[in-house]
Amino acid sequence: MEMPVPNVAILARKTHLAARLSLVLPGDALIQDEMETRAYECDGLAAYRCPPLMVVLPRTTQEVSDVLRICHEEGVPVVPRGAGTSLAGGALPTADSVILGVARMNEVLETDYDNRVIRVQSGRTNLSVSGAVEEEEFFYAPDPSSQLACAIAGNIAMNSGGAHCLKYGVTTNNLLGVTLVMMDGTVVEIGGAHLDAGGLDLLGVICGSEGQLGVVTEATLRILRKPEGARPVLIGYDSNEVAGACVSDIIKAGVLPVAIEFMDRPCIEACEAFAKAGYPMCEALLIVEVEGSPAEIDHQLGLIKEIAQSHNPVELREATDADEAARIWLGRKSAFGAMGQINDYMCLDGTIPVSSLPHVLRRIGELSQQFGLAVANVFHAGDGNMHPLILFDANKPGDLELCEDFGAEILKLCVEVGGCLTGEHGVGIEKRDLMLHQYSAEDLEAQLRVKDVFDPQWLLNPAKVFPLSVTESRRAPALAAE
Amino acid sequence: MHSPKNEAELAEIIAGAETPLCVEGGGTRGCEVEGDRLALRGLSGIELYEPGSLTLVARAGTPMAEIETLLASEGQRLAFEPMDTRGVLGSSGAPTIGGAIAVNSSGPRRIQGGAARDYLLGVRFVDGAGQVIKNGGRVMKNVTGYDLVKLMAGSYGTLGVLSEVSLKVLPIPEAMATVSVAVPDLLSAVRAMSTALGSPYDVTGAAYDPGSGLAHIRLEGFAPSVRYRQEKLAGELAGSGEVENRSGSEHLWQDIRDVAAFQGREGDVWRISVKPSDAVKLAPMLEAEALQFDWGGGLIWALTSEGADLRARLMSAGLSGHATLVRAQSATIAALGRFQQQAQALELISDGLRSRFDPRGVLNRGLMRAGQMAGMGRA
Repeated sequence: MEMPVPNVAILARKTHLAARLSLVLPGDALIQDEMETRAYECDGLAAYRCPPLMVVLPRTTQEVSDVLRICHEEGVPVVPRGAGTSLAGGALPTADSVILGVARMNEVLETDYDNRVIRVQSGRTNLSVSGAVEEEEFFYAPDPSSQLACAIAGNIAMNSGGAHCLKYGVTTNNLLGVTLVMMDGTVVEIGGAHLDAGGLDLLGVICGSEGQLGVVTEATLRILRKPEGARPVLIGYDSNEVAGACVSDIIKAGVLPVAIEFMDRPCIEACEAFAKAGYPMCEALLIVEVEGSPAEIDHQLGLIKEIAQSHNPVELREATDADEAARIWLGRKSAFGAMGQINDYMCLDGTIPVSSLPHVLRRIGELSQQFGLAVANVFHAGDGNMHPLILFDANKPGDLELCEDFGAEILKLCVEVGGCLTGEHGVGIEKRDLMLHQYSAEDLEAQLRVKDVFDPQWLLNPAKVFPLSVTESRRAPALAAE
Repeated sequence: MHSPKNEAELAEIIAGAETPLCVEGGGTRGCEVEGDRLALRGLSGIELYEPGSLTLVARAGTPMAEIETLLASEGQRLAFEPMDTRGVLGSSGAPTIGGAIAVNSSGPRRIQGGAARDYLLGVRFVDGAGQVIKNGGRVMKNVTGYDLVKLMAGSYGTLGVLSEVSLKVLPIPEAMATVSVAVPDLLSAVRAMSTALGSPYDVTGAAYDPGSGLAHIRLEGFAPSVRYRQEKLAGELAGSGEVENRSGSEHLWQDIRDVAAFQGREGDVWRISVKPSDAVKLAPMLEAEALQFDWGGGLIWALTSEGADLRARLMSAGLSGHATLVRAQSATIAALGRFQQQAQALELISDGLRSRFDPRGVLNRGLMRAGQMAGMGRA
């Protein structure tokens, strides 16, 4: 993955920049020691590493504003970082960039049950937002797999989803307001506790902009009352086609489960070997979860079982208590760990129309043969968000590149059938160079215009999301200015 | 009047426009900015409908009625409950899907399911330079690049003219019921609605009509489930006032959605979005002739004497939120502006976006910015 050549003029002014930043930050908020900055050299996409010029860890919006203003004046790129769990390289530094980490900004600022909102600093972790309202039986709905570690700032940057977004939506559907610091240090308030912010939907375009438009320091989030209960059912089929048809029939029948998870045979085998959840050995497993009171759950599961039966499942297992429910989820939740036991893996994130599922799985199987790399599929079937896990050996020369090429083919396939490159992980650097497969140059130009407005100097996370060739002319002035 | 039949013609018209254009969907709102009318009704037709994927793709000028009929034949619907503005505006015409998206329409279900923006999966549009642009797609989860889909929803045709939209649709629930509570005042109403919205019973509507003194709570889903939740809620709300359980009540919610109570009445109509609990403080200050509350109190519809400036009252109360002037004489709209001005930094961003997407200022010029309307905008 190509990254821009670092600006030597900026590297040469490191001491000067550090001196300026140290005037606006407490001593422990500025890290420039090379051993310490190494902790920030990568995010969840660990194959790519580069220590930043320095790291700042502000505690207030004012400090963020001061840092950005100074970097703006100095023409230094800034890479915002939440908890560093991005799987797409969204927080990967360049050698001439300052990492702006919001991890120390983790306070709950206001909890308002009457209006069903919570206001938090953006470094707070996803799960701890729910934790803050748990005693009143409320929760924050988006639940990415990394929710224990990932920060709201990163969730907003990537518009994160999760297993339960079929019912509750993704981050953008649950975000009501932000405090945003622009690259020149200007602090703006967008939206609030009311349901629709006025004017153009700036909140909508900031959410999912991968830290390229501004740094979100505070967020107002919708909180919801927890359902009375939830229960899953496990359904096994001997073909992907039939499992796909079952998903489609469930949706058409008007049952809207909170989650429909799909695992294929390689994934089932790996999970079973790792977690011993007692899964049946078959071609495709569905985990369908519904919510409500016990009677409501019974009713919905009754309908789902009826539909499932009509497709002749090889296994149909309903959880009757919390233990059985946990066992059904056990394998699915350990899927990534199971893969990690076998080998290094790369997790993809394309989305496809649900109707294309059998075709796409068949093609992935063929590509797997062609590339000689095993792949396991686990995904959110209700909304077509796939997570193919490609296994490779990082110690074997050329294997990573082979794996990346294979991954690129799968993502192109997703686009071909009417889907997209990424459903919830973001583009980052990982899918940056595939953007022209999904969008024309004119489509991308329209997106670049938005960044031109928010960050005219192209200093915020500039080497991400768009192919470098597409953004070159915009990034050039910052370089030339030195 | 321009009436393109396809996207290519639309692009050609906009690229060749030498004077401003007034973009029109079904014509239900009437053209309100100066310029040649650009009617989108010719860009009509449903291009794809996959009930099993909950996905619909339609050209922007497709009549809403055509879409709703097709969806209903498969037991599905547009869940954002787009408002039919014809009653309150006293207008005619046939609402189009593009119009509903351009204004980011929403109804009582906003509190649970969101607005048009939350169901919009993808768009194709023509920008002010005549360039065709696509963003998003037809799948439910998509974070590939910037979300211009959201930006286009609610941009009132000022950033580009929609030619095609992809939408997520949802099943029509088997049953619907309403719990109506007779409350003594607005404070009790907001509290009752807050109780309902803070319950685990998945409320899809919470509105209050001061005229009848009733707070209405809507439940939707499978029949046994709706019955169960209706009983539970009635129990929890019993302390707020006399409770009446109703089944059905489609018309009640349609009237709330369309603000039917204001139809045929003289005066200006305002739509105010606030934090629900702030409604209690704000409402008496509005000096309105009639009020209707939706979204648990977060959406206030106010009917006022002509020319009253409710925005000034919202701001003097020190409350955040915003007020839109939905219906008034053109002199009042010219004086007060249809939309509330935002903080200067936000207006600068919005102006920046408009000038990049529509550099010549030909698309619904001045509609979203009062300053532009008064001739202060870009040339």
